[in-house]
Formats: sequence, C-alpha cells, structure tokens
Amino acid sequence: MEIAQLLLGGISVGCVYGLVALGFVLIYKATESVNFAQGDLMMLGAFVTLQFANTAYWGMPFWLGMLMAVIVMAVIGYLMEALVIRRLFGQPQFAVVILTIAIGFVLRFIAGFIWGHEPLTLETPFTGKNMTIGGLAVSLDEIFIIATTIVLTLVLYLFFARTKLGVAMQASSQNQLAAYYMGVPVKRIHGLVWALSGGISTIAGVLFAARGSIDPNLGLLGIKAFAAAVIGGFGSLPGALAGGLIVGIVEPFAGRYIAAGYSQIMPYAIMLLVLVLRPNGLFAQVQSKKV
Amino acid sequence: MTDTAGLTMERKSGATGAPVLEVKNIETFYGAVMAIRGVSLEVGEGQIVTILGANGAGKTTLLKTISGVMDPEKGKILLDGREIQGHDPDEIVRLGVAHVPEGREVFPFLSVEENLRMGAFTRRDDGVSADIEMVYSYFPILRERFRQQAGYLSGGQQQMLAIGRGLMTKPKILLLDEPSLGLSPILVQEIFHIIRRLNAEQGVTMMLVEQNAKVALKTAHYGYVMEVGRIVMNGPTRQLMESEDIQEFYLGMHGETQRGQKRWKRRKTWR
Ligand SMILES: Nc1ncnc2c1ncn2[C@@H]1O[C@H](COP(=O)(O)OP(=O)(O)OP(=O)(O)O)[C@@H](O)[C@H]1O
Ligand SMILES: [Mg+2]
Repeated sequence: MEIAQLLLGGISVGCVYGLVALGFVLIYKATESVNFAQGDLMMLGAFVTLQFANTAYWGMPFWLGMLMAVIVMAVIGYLMEALVIRRLFGQPQFAVVILTIAIGFVLRFIAGFIWGHEPLTLETPFTGKNMTIGGLAVSLDEIFIIATTIVLTLVLYLFFARTKLGVAMQASSQNQLAAYYMGVPVKRIHGLVWALSGGISTIAGVLFAARGSIDPNLGLLGIKAFAAAVIGGFGSLPGALAGGLIVGIVEPFAGRYIAAGYSQIMPYAIMLLVLVLRPNGLFAQVQSKKV
Repeated sequence: MTDTAGLTMERKSGATGAPVLEVKNIETFYGAVMAIRGVSLEVGEGQIVTILGANGAGKTTLLKTISGVMDPEKGKILLDGREIQGHDPDEIVRLGVAHVPEGREVFPFLSVEENLRMGAFTRRDDGVSADIEMVYSYFPILRERFRQQAGYLSGGQQQMLAIGRGLMTKPKILLLDEPSLGLSPILVQEIFHIIRRLNAEQGVTMMLVEQNAKVALKTAHYGYVMEVGRIVMNGPTRQLMESEDIQEFYLGMHGETQRGQKRWKRRKTWR
C-alpha cells in the first residue's frame, strides 16, 4: 500500500519534471541551444495562473484562468525569442546559455516583485480532495496531474504528427538549411517553439502548484528537469517524459529506503550513471527516429 | 580558356520569349572572401541551363544567392522581371524558385511523403495531393517507400526525393545542385533521363549545376562555365561540346602532346 502511494506520488511529480524536460528538449532540438530559464518559465506560468484564477486576485474560473495563463506565457515565450534570443543569432552557443540563465534571474526577480517571496497556494478544484480507488487513498490533484499530462502528451503527439506546422517544426529541427530551402520561415518557427515551450511550462507549473505552494524560487526545480532531459537523451520528446518519470519515481523511494538526503542527489546520480553507460541517453535509439 | 562573354546575349535553343531568371553582375562574399565575382546569366522558360565548373568554382554559392540563402553584395536577380535579390528564402520559394541542394539534404526522420509535403509548405492551393501523385509517377520507388523515413533511403532514392520535394513547391525554376554527386553511372543515367522527361513533359525550367560535364551537356540546352567565381565561357551545349577546352578539361578527352603541355600549365592556375 505504501509502495503504491509512493509510486503514485512519484509519477505525479515525474509528470511535472517530464513536462519541463519536454520544454528543454523542444527548444534544444529546434534551435540547438539550451534554455536554462525553462524552470523559471514554469514558475512564472504558475504565478500568472494564480493571478488569473485565485479569488484574492482576478478570481476567474480555474480552467479559464489556466487557459489564459497558457496563452499569456506562450506570447511571452515567443517575444523572448523574437526580441532577445534572436539577437544572438550566429553568436557562440554559450552566449545563448548565459543569456537564458540571466533571463531566469530576471524572471525570479519580477515574480518576487509582483507576488512577493512568501509561498502562495494556487486554488484548484482538486487541492486537498481525496478519493479511494480499490482501498487506496488517492488525492484528486494526483489524478489531475497524471490525466492532464496524458492529454497534453496526446495533443502534442497529434500536433507534431498531423499538422503542417508540427511537421514543419520537426523538419526545421532535423535539417534547418533544408527547411529554409523549402520556404519554411525558420526564425518564426523558432519563436513558435519558444511559445509552445512557454505554454507547456505553464501547464507544468500549474500541475506542480496543484500539489503544494509556489514561490519565486520554484524555478530551480528546472535543474532536476534538465537532468531528466539528459537521462532521456536530450533529443527525444518521449525520452524527456520518461526521464521525468524516472527521476520523479526514484526520488521518493530513495528518500524512503536509503536516507532522506539521498533523494535530492538521486536525479544527478542517475544522470551521471546514464552519461557513463549510455552517453546518448536511454532513448537514443528510439528517439533518433521520432521527435 | 577562351573568353566568349560576347555570346551571352545570343538566342538560346529551347528558350521561348522572355527569360524566367536573369542574374546581373552579382557579387557574393563569405566574410572577406569574394566567391562570386560578377556573374551574369539568364535562363529562358522551358530551358535547361547548366553551370559547369571545378570544385570551389562558386557554383553552389551562385545557387544559394539565387534562392536567397545568401545575399549578394552587388548586382540584381530578376525572376520574371521582378527583383528578388536580398529577399528572405521563404519569400523566394513562394515566388517560384526551388532549390534542390547539393548533398540532397532530405529530412531524415520524416517519411518520404512528409518530405514531399514539406516541399508544398508555402502552398495554399488544393493541388498538393495531385502533385504528389505526379512526383510518384516519375519516381515510382518513392511511392513504394512512401511511409519509410527518408534517412533510410539509398543515395539515389534520396536524390529522387530531393528533386520531387523541389517540384512540390511548384517552381517557375528548379535549381539542381549536382544531382549526380556520389551516384553510380547507371543511377546517374536514370536520374538524368527523368530530369529530361520532366523538362519535356512538364515544361519544368531548370538550372543544373554539375561536375559531370558529359551528362550535363547532353541534358541541357545552354551552358555556362565557371572558374573561380567568374563565367569564363558560355554557349549552346552543342557548341560547348565541340569546344576543345571543354573536351579537354571537362570531358576528359586527351589531345596531342602539345595540348597536354598547355593543360599542365593551366592546371597550376586552377583551384
Ligand atoms: N561557408 C563558407 N565559408 C567560407 N568560404 C566558403 C564557404 N563555402 C564555400 N566557400 C568558398 O567559396 C568558394 C566557392 O564555393 P562553392 O561551394 O560555391 O563551390 P562549388 O563550385 O559549389 O564547389 P563544389 O563543386 O565542390 O561543390 C570556394 O573557394 C570555397 O572555398
Ligand atoms: Mg557545390
């Protein structure tokens, strides 16, 4: 019973890691640079949702508030690429990396300025509610997290496999020059990938906030998600999700069966192990065929 | 080599009416290095025009400049009389220039059919499926492999896919960069046979960059020879085939000893 509970908790946290990792991989595949502000986008997305939906703020219905936040964050993601990152086109990759780290600091500062540094709780229709499935007490927020992740994954799959824009995103990440030759506006595609990544991060932020409180430093969780992305192969969308789940599941078990402190280093220990044993990540084979 | 720039304005076989593409005195740089040093040429509707030249002559750079992947510092490029130099590549594709790049550059993890659909990315009309059928009718092997990832195709099949993908943009002019590269002689024959058919049956206007001068001269109506960024010779392909220099340097026919001497001297100035 306890194992089942740990597993369920791990899976739901893993979903959050997985979605943030997905944001990392999307941007990396499309633009070949790593956005270290990914975690901070997630944090900001959670706060923007809170701004729209909490009764103390604008008090919209939860789902509407979340939708609005996704849209706002997608626009912010697009603008970040179009106004800031694009200026560095042709500069060494590390310049972009440093820039995204700096953007992360700025976002944390802005969030602290607007919403303060005390932990806040996002009001969701699920928080604190439980149901029993086969004698197992399951909290509704865990079900919400897992269900949302499954739906989002399906939507993303259909988007990439079936829509013209989705296929064009895959194409430009596989061969940017050829995409240019086909008349794909590659720069705009990069902006749209950032938008997509901003939207996904927001959903991840909401899912995380459904389990507990949020504060401006929440974004540091992005580092764990980065480890998850590396474990999954840093080039594979399914790999990112799987990497997130692995990290999410291992953490509570390590905390329970090894020692409390170990759960914190487990993501990085697994990452190092994977890098040593399978430098291309666990999903290198599968991944190189599908996005 | 004889400079026959005076021939540029001569009427070309195969051309009907105004040129589709006119390149006027363009110069293109890589940083400080001038790769195209004042090139002018034209391609008439329904024609195949070939550009011959050794490694590093600037053929690929010329095509990249036309398709907008690189911008010229000087000169004009006219498509149907309209200036296109300096425009973004996606706009130039929309206007009707398709570039089939050197080394094929297919999308390796997309299926054959998705690659073809990417060729139609800029199109809004509903003729895309019919055009995919047209491409399949010229390259039946692509129909057989339509769900396979392009990365698993052989070199020849990838070249066919790259040409098909270029055709899917519905171009006014198709730029082909060394379609024979790395293919067996039989495959080269096969692909060039299809290129000729596309020109004759579909009326596709083409600019064909080649190092394989023999097959290129047999295929094209008109030819230009490039050397270190300049056009050094041009004329109808029949005429070029009879030129001693072309025979010697591009068709590999060996002349008498005295010419052999001359050839050695020239080689030294080559790059
Ligand atoms: N990316 C680049 N940066 C700097 N110089 C370049 C670059 N690409 C090509 N060049 C130079 O420009 C000149 C023309 O190159 P280009 O690729 O156009 O030749 P090419 O005729 O297509 O040769 P090939 O037959 O080998 O394909 C060469 O001297 C080459 O060294
Ligand atoms: Mg070339």
